[in-house]
Amino acid sequence: MTASRTISVSINGEVLTGDAAPRMLLADFLRDVLGKTGTHVGCEHGVCGACTIIVDGVAARSCLMFAVQAEGADIKTVEGLADGDDLHPLQKLFSEHRALQCGYCTPGMLMTAIDLVESNSSLTTEDIKVGMSAALCRCTGYEGIIKAVTAYAEQVHGKPVRQESDNG
Amino acid sequence: MADTMPSYIGRSVVRREDNRLLKGAGTFVGDMKLDGMLHVAIVRSQLAHARINAIDLDAARGVDGVALALAGADLKDVLPPISGMQVTAPKTWRDGMDPRIEIPDQTLVPHDKLRYVGEPYALVVASDRYIAEDAAELIEGDFETLPPVANAEAAVNADALVHDHLPGNIAATLHAKKGDGETALETAPRRLKRRYFHHRYAAMPMECRGVVAEYDSRTDSITVWSSTQVVHWVRREVANALDMPEERVRVVAPDVGGGFGGKGHVYPEDILVAYLAKRLGRPVKWLEDRHEHLLNAAHSRDNLFDIEVGFDDDGKISVVKNYFLVDSGAYSPVGAAIAGNSIAHFMGPYDIPHYESDCKVMMTNRTPNAPYRGAGRPEVAFAMERSIDLIANELELDPAEVRFRNMIQPEQMPYAVGLPYRDGVMIEYDSGDYPEALRKALDGVGGLDAFRKRQKKALAEGRYLGLGLGCYVEGTGIGPFEGATVKIDSSGKVMVATGACPQGQGHETAFAQVAADIWGVDIDDVVVTLADTSHVTMGYGTIASRSAVTASGAIQESSDKVKEKVFAIAANVLEASESDLELRDGSVGVKGVPEMSMTLKEVARAALPGWIHQRPEGIEAGLEGTAYYEPPTVTWAYAANAAIVEIDTQTGVVKIENYVEVHDAGTLINPAIADGQVKGGLVQGIGGGLFEELSYDEHGQLMTGSFMDYLLPTASDVPPINVIHSETPSPRNSFGFKGLGEGGAIAPPVVIANAVCDALKPFGAELNSTPVRAEDILNILDAGAAAAE
Amino acid sequence: MKPPPLDILSPSSLIEALALLSEHGDAARPLAGGQSLVPLLNFRLSRPEILIDLNRISDLAFIKDGGDHIAIGAMTRERTIEENELVRDQAPLLQEATTQIAHLPIRSRGTIGGSLANADPAAEYPAVALALEIELVTQSVRGERRIKAAAFFEDVLTTALEPDELLTEIIVPKAPPGSSSAFVEIARRHGDFALAGVAAQITFANNAPADVCLAVCGAGSTASRLTTAEEIILQDGVGVEAVKAASAAAAASVDPMSDLHASADYRRRLVGVMTTRALEKVVQRAAVTS
Repeated sequence: MTASRTISVSINGEVLTGDAAPRMLLADFLRDVLGKTGTHVGCEHGVCGACTIIVDGVAARSCLMFAVQAEGADIKTVEGLADGDDLHPLQKLFSEHRALQCGYCTPGMLMTAIDLVESNSSLTTEDIKVGMSAALCRCTGYEGIIKAVTAYAEQVHGKPVRQESDNG
Repeated sequence: MADTMPSYIGRSVVRREDNRLLKGAGTFVGDMKLDGMLHVAIVRSQLAHARINAIDLDAARGVDGVALALAGADLKDVLPPISGMQVTAPKTWRDGMDPRIEIPDQTLVPHDKLRYVGEPYALVVASDRYIAEDAAELIEGDFETLPPVANAEAAVNADALVHDHLPGNIAATLHAKKGDGETALETAPRRLKRRYFHHRYAAMPMECRGVVAEYDSRTDSITVWSSTQVVHWVRREVANALDMPEERVRVVAPDVGGGFGGKGHVYPEDILVAYLAKRLGRPVKWLEDRHEHLLNAAHSRDNLFDIEVGFDDDGKISVVKNYFLVDSGAYSPVGAAIAGNSIAHFMGPYDIPHYESDCKVMMTNRTPNAPYRGAGRPEVAFAMERSIDLIANELELDPAEVRFRNMIQPEQMPYAVGLPYRDGVMIEYDSGDYPEALRKALDGVGGLDAFRKRQKKALAEGRYLGLGLGCYVEGTGIGPFEGATVKIDSSGKVMVATGACPQGQGHETAFAQVAADIWGVDIDDVVVTLADTSHVTMGYGTIASRSAVTASGAIQESSDKVKEKVFAIAANVLEASESDLELRDGSVGVKGVPEMSMTLKEVARAALPGWIHQRPEGIEAGLEGTAYYEPPTVTWAYAANAAIVEIDTQTGVVKIENYVEVHDAGTLINPAIADGQVKGGLVQGIGGGLFEELSYDEHGQLMTGSFMDYLLPTASDVPPINVIHSETPSPRNSFGFKGLGEGGAIAPPVVIANAVCDALKPFGAELNSTPVRAEDILNILDAGAAAAE
Repeated sequence: MKPPPLDILSPSSLIEALALLSEHGDAARPLAGGQSLVPLLNFRLSRPEILIDLNRISDLAFIKDGGDHIAIGAMTRERTIEENELVRDQAPLLQEATTQIAHLPIRSRGTIGGSLANADPAAEYPAVALALEIELVTQSVRGERRIKAAAFFEDVLTTALEPDELLTEIIVPKAPPGSSSAFVEIARRHGDFALAGVAAQITFANNAPADVCLAVCGAGSTASRLTTAEEIILQDGVGVEAVKAASAAAAASVDPMSDLHASADYRRRLVGVMTTRALEKVVQRAAVTS
């Protein structure tokens, strides 16, 4: 067994420090060591997307990274979205469009959607469906999620999301 | 209900659950961290069927950080098995079904024999899960492989026995009959005989199961937090296993990340974790990982039907006979309940005079089979609805027409089916207009005639479009009971606790709506507590599309008890007659005299025990009432589904263009929540119809142990779905509610199969098993093309 | 599902990484994006004692214009490749294939070097590497090698890389003038490993194919070139009949495996369909650009 190391990461703008053995997954480090349990774990093999967080500006699976790899990283998790009681616009849209039921996939969905929308100013409806297929929801049937993310894209980019696909 | 307040029932109130869940501030079992908490890893069988000769725990016990390592032999005389009969049926049902039921008890950790891949045989408790898994890997077992009983059909004649005391591997036989099926079949002008298979898939919530337990030696009590749908059942089994009074066992389901039936019964881990916490005197946590979940959490469906239908030249069905096998896996945690559902729901919305059903619940070396959203109904809907399409084919009638000709007409309501339901009451469909639902569904996909024209035109262009239909009825709101306690304390808030255990259904909101209407108070003045045995003495839980009906009924009845006191005390204080009082806007007041009233807060203070109370003679102190609502029988929800598909004839891929379900669950509490329930169910059904499958090889090895192999539908797999809610109130409860949690998941597999067959009619397609595979479709195309040459 | 005990070494330079790899030999495995390796670790199906994490070697993440080729550092993220303008303009096949790898959050971490070195037969990059005749640059303490894609993929998850070697750079020839390309695949769901995928690039001269590159993934123990199909197109052009013949040849030339998701027969058939669709797309795009 190899010794634990002290890891410092910026989480939602705050530098937090904790100990992790080299093999500790980043998801476990966030949840169990730093107490950021908003990030959920649904499969531990990178398929379900519940553990998706934003690492250095891009969405990534925290179950497929080791905590030691995150040393010095700038991480955003679901806990950083709302400003106190004031929900993030996407969180409001999720509630409005009934994009959550049990709420287990929701943190990963939110982080996936934020990256998808903010990294692409010309998303189509199809792009949103494909983009959101990066995370699994077992409750909603996705309709509310697609609607909420579409509305968010329209808010962020100030233009309607086009219906047609742009591949081909 | 009060006149002065807006009614909350029927409004899409924004869910009060949303805020915490959106912020990642919910508390799921996995989020819990208690001081000194230890972590469990469970060692699970990699063999389908094996005798245990020896388990060597020494190496595991030597690992730094390991607190305890145990095998089945260490627990054999310590913990009793879970009773095979977690659900029992009343005598009246038994009389009607002629059941022989010998559901085996489930040993928590077997010491003698392993019966499925994934069954626990040892466990490790350690300082963290990583170390627990390290030690678990070091546990060596000496096993003697036994021949596996691979599936239900093989089980019938297998030499091997899953349970030595169950000859023929039969755990239950059920038999039900209406009219004279034998004669009806002999005299029927036409007959259809088919075999159908509905494959095995599962609930697959995004949160796997998990249990945390903490023992308090001072009070000799234990608290168990479990990701379960049935806290009161878990309490009963934990108390029984640990020989503790139920009062000293508290079970809480915190936020639960989906259940869909998969968390709807007691599992060995619920008890094991409680035992370990007590034994070690430290909090203990076990989280099921996804691989374990796929292996070990209950599977579902997996039925094989042999059916015969008698009908005439007009397509009118006179008789249905079915013989079916349920592959129940190695145990049957909810007994013969699924098979009972299947038998009761087979005829669906159709008026069929003769019916006979024989069922065997088979033990096999597979993961135990337990109810999952639909619970026996998707299976029979598949058999019945495929049969109708085949009858239509034979008679060259439109499948829609054959449905209309056989449907129970609205004027036949209430309609006596002639079979007992699981609650022992003879089935009587309570309300609804089934043909109208089908008409609306057809309109929803653009109309039947318009579609047939489109289909013809497309065919001329070499495109294959198909229309699939599927109708069902669903007994919902089943008993035996639900409990609720309603209190008003000196804060004036209405506090409601019920035995319902939500897993995402928005119960906190929905029951706040119900209670707000019952009391005529602002919804923000209703406090709802769920899924905690310490708040309701007896409860049942959230399974089987039941909570809207049963918990609302319990809230109503317990509120009635409290209201009696409220009126008596208010009448005393206001010096008015009780009959002149009404509830209005959080107050009790004299009708027509706005200034004569007192708030519920004031009534609660007047109700306090002690020197200054203002209760009239004979009224006990406190505003608190508990009631156990026992529904007279189930309410009948129903639906008609229509979907249009297009087949890619080169790849066999099915594209669902449009899916419509007309769903009637009576009066809706919160239409947006109801819509989400039905749509979520539909997408699970589409998943089961096209993607999801728990596959075993001939050795009983599960081939789908990861999300790379078990494919859940994603956002890009979902077609446009339109759910049209019609609301025919149920006459069986004062609200008019019916249940709706499961309905959506029932029809899609057969709707897809029917649609594909409709599209491929030129090729003489028959798809009589699920899932619908692209590859099978290509084979149909090939066979059709070859026949045409 | 937690990884077995292991140590992670995090070199910040290639030289350091190569020295560590040489020192630890078989006990060590390089960790690139980790999107395939970490799941295996979590299932404890892979048990290296040491992971040499390449993610801090910034020198291995680059996209450079090399004149007639694009040089891509092995640790360049798939997402960077997909969003890169040079790649989009000069190696459109690589760009299109990249967009079809798994999902965006996976491409955020996944690297081109990691994918090629992993050599999953169903992955997109090996097929692109074969179609474009990419060259793979490897380094070890013993020196540098340049391996042609055709010699790199040996078997399922097996490449020509020696245990002490790292894949460091990928040399992607720029698409020739007059060329057109397409990457098409079919999977059970979007983002799953392909049941069959075809990479196609055709260079047209005087409206006829002058160079044809076709490669397939998902249909054998490694990705492979569809040489018979290429010859047919080269000789007979891209008319309906030739495309049909080439697709049939493609299907006949592969030796796929059966698994849970598809039988060998079905995969073979899909190879034919994907070949047709790839060729049709190439032709359609050629018409648009010419």
